[in-house]
Amino acid sequence: MTPRDTSVLPSVLQKRSGELLDAWIAHQTSADGYRPDLMADAELRDQSRELLASASAAVSAGGLESPTHPSWQATRQLLGSIAESRATAGFAPTATATFVLSLKQPIFEALRKDVQNPERLADELWNATTLIDRLALQTMESTLEARERVIARQHEDMLELSTPVVKLWDGILALPMIGTLDSARTQVVMESLLQRIVETGAEVAIIDITGVPTVDTLVAQHLIKTVTAARLMGADCIISGIRPQIAATIVHLGVDLSEVATKSTLADAFRLALARTGHSLGRAPARERR
Amino acid sequence: MSVLKNDLMPVRTANDIVVVRQHVRALAIELGFSLVDQTKMVTAASELARNTLAHGGGGTARIEVVAANARRGLKMTFEDRGKGIADLELAMRDGYSTGGGLGLGLSGTRRLMNEFELQSKPGEGTRVSATRWK
Ligand SMILES: Nc1ncnc2c1ncn2[C@@H]1O[C@H](COP(=O)(O)OP(=O)(O)OP(=O)(O)O)[C@@H](O)[C@H]1O
Ligand SMILES: [Mg+2]
Repeated sequence: MTPRDTSVLPSVLQKRSGELLDAWIAHQTSADGYRPDLMADAELRDQSRELLASASAAVSAGGLESPTHPSWQATRQLLGSIAESRATAGFAPTATATFVLSLKQPIFEALRKDVQNPERLADELWNATTLIDRLALQTMESTLEARERVIARQHEDMLELSTPVVKLWDGILALPMIGTLDSARTQVVMESLLQRIVETGAEVAIIDITGVPTVDTLVAQHLIKTVTAARLMGADCIISGIRPQIAATIVHLGVDLSEVATKSTLADAFRLALARTGHSLGRAPARERR
Repeated sequence: MSVLKNDLMPVRTANDIVVVRQHVRALAIELGFSLVDQTKMVTAASELARNTLAHGGGGTARIEVVAANARRGLKMTFEDRGKGIADLELAMRDGYSTGGGLGLGLSGTRRLMNEFELQSKPGEGTRVSATRWK
């Protein structure tokens, strides 16, 4: 058996990197699992190139010695992120493993060109197979982990969908928003608020964004549109829960919320709403009344 | 400038934007950026990723931890092969939007980050990169 430290694999991977990449891509794009709808060719090429380069670097740095050799660190990370992005794009776990496994054929072809002695070739093929199988298994593991994370995220998104509009007081609605806002669902949540304004004849609606991690221009635009639409239906909106870091970011973005009433907490917003609707909290200090 | 970490992520779905944002936040925390800076970078990532998806038809995000002059920073590069931008100056103007948006994504991102670069050719695609230093 060829000792691993005399294997030609490192030099073949290096010397033939360009042709290996082309052959591998050609292989992938003519295979059954080819899904140009899930991933653009340019991206497929980038991913393949990166993985090939990383594996080649690991092998050159002594990676054939053992699968736990430190030279594999970067490749492991890369496989993790490839697995994650493919799981999110909708590739089946087997498709992602196949992506890695399909590297065998080009590498075998390259070895066949470079190794003349049949016994030597058998050893080299064995080295290469072991290596690629290991990478594929690793990818499979990362893919399963990634899918779990995707499912968890989808669950969070569902929560967003069920964000309830609550009636806080006579004439006062509150919409505590939770989670990420930039999907079509924001629209749904905002529309449900407008709907409830019509149903209840509310005079004030409080949109609380304490639970919203990012307020970008799209979220800001949704907020502004909702406030404007609510106003047309006779209800004033108060936005509460704008944390200092979000306030700073909004200002730099250039979003103008000066037309919109804002309060730092839901409680403050509620007091203002009570005052506006002519109610008052018995124990509210006099300066809170209007 | 040296690159300490480099992740390539897809920007093809609305969910990808969330993933990119989470990744940027995690790295920003790891690098010890303040809460305000974290929020700025996450928001910038959100803007650029959404442009890549909405205007560029989808593409990739490259998120890098970089180092130069004894400082570390976070660099984000978004690339697509979409329709491109004909007038870069116009696209950078506050309030200019071809998609019914606020038109603050590009100009706002430039204000949120330390470095900003926009390259685009009509019919070929767009590449935007932005860096914030610690
Ligand atoms: N990746 C891209 N590909 C093609 N055109 C783009 C791209 N990014 C931006 N643009 C163009 O530049 C304009 C300005 O972008 P900007 O992000 O500032 O505003 P917007 O996306 O329209 O609205 P928003 O304020 O929600 O971001 C867009 O309307 C679009 O015409
Ligand atoms: Mg934008």
